[in-house]
Amino acid sequence: MDQFAVKVFVRLRPSVLDPAGEATKSASIKLGAEGIKSLRIGKMIEVNIEGNGENEVREKIDLLCDRLFANTVIEDYEYSLEKL
Amino acid sequence: MDNFTVGVVVFPGSNCDRDVSWALEGCLDIRTKYLWHESSDLSNVDAIVLPGGFSYGDYLRCGAIARFSPLINALDDFVKSGRRVLGICNGFQILTESGFLPGALTANKNLNFICDDVELDIVSSKGGWFNDGGEKQTIKLPIAHGEGRYHCDSDTLKKLVDNELIALRYKNNPNGSSFDIAGITNEKGNVLGLMPHPERACDETIGGTDGLFTLKSLILK
Repeated sequence: MDQFAVKVFVRLRPSVLDPAGEATKSASIKLGAEGIKSLRIGKMIEVNIEGNGENEVREKIDLLCDRLFANTVIEDYEYSLEKL
Repeated sequence: MDNFTVGVVVFPGSNCDRDVSWALEGCLDIRTKYLWHESSDLSNVDAIVLPGGFSYGDYLRCGAIARFSPLINALDDFVKSGRRVLGICNGFQILTESGFLPGALTANKNLNFICDDVELDIVSSKGGWFNDGGEKQTIKLPIAHGEGRYHCDSDTLKKLVDNELIALRYKNNPNGSSFDIAGITNEKGNVLGLMPHPERACDETIGGTDGLFTLKSLILK
C-alpha cells in the first residue's frame, strides 16, 4: 500500500456571492492594504490516505470531493497529491 | 386524527424538533413520533418533518453530514411512495444537500443571523402546502437563520418557475436569495423545503397562526 498526502481546495464558484470574502476584503482595506481587487474565501482539507497506487487514490478522492467535501451546485474543487 | 403519525427526525444538533411536535400535537391534534437519525425504519410513519437546528454542528456545510445518516438514506423510497416530507430551515438545507430539492443554501448576503418575522407571497400551492383559496396570498412567518440565501443556476431557476415549484417568495428579501425564494417543492409536490418556521406560527399568543395550514397539510394524501 502506498501512502499519499492530499490537499483538497474547495472554493465557491465564481458566480456565487461570497459575503465572508467581501467582509474580509473590506477589513483588509481598513487595515491599509492597497490594491486588493478581489478576495474570496475557500476551504482546504488535508487527507492522508493509503491505496494501491495513485490512480486508485485519485478515484477515492474524486468520490469524496464530489459527494462530500464540495457541494458542486455552489462550489468547485481541486486537489494536489503527494506520495509519502 | 385517526392513527396518522408524523415522524419528526432528530439529528444531533436539531433544536426545533420539540417545537414541531408541540405544534402538531398541541395545536392540531396530530400524533407525532420522534425518529432518531440512525433509524431507517419509516414503516410506521405517514409523513416526515426534518426540523430546524444545526445538524452535526453544521460542520463542513449546513446539512452536508446529515445527508449520510441512515434515515436520509431511507428517505428516497419514502418520497417515491408519495408520502409527504417537510423540511424546515436546517431541514430544507438537508433536502438540497441530499438532492431531494434543487439548489443550495448559502451564507446570508449581509452575514447576519436574521431572526425576524417576514411577509411571504404564496406563489404556488403545488402539493397543497399553502392555502390558495384566493383569500390570503400573503402570510407572515418567522425566520431564524444565518445561511438561508437560496442559490441555483439560471437553468434550474427557469425549471423552478416553469414547473411552478416555487412555493414562497419573500416580499422584502432579507438574505439575498435568488429570485426572493423562501421555499420550493419537488415536481410531484410531496416534498416542501422552506427557510421560514411554520411551527413557530401556530398560536395567536406567540404572534400568529399562518403556519398552521402548512403543518396541517402533512395529513393530505
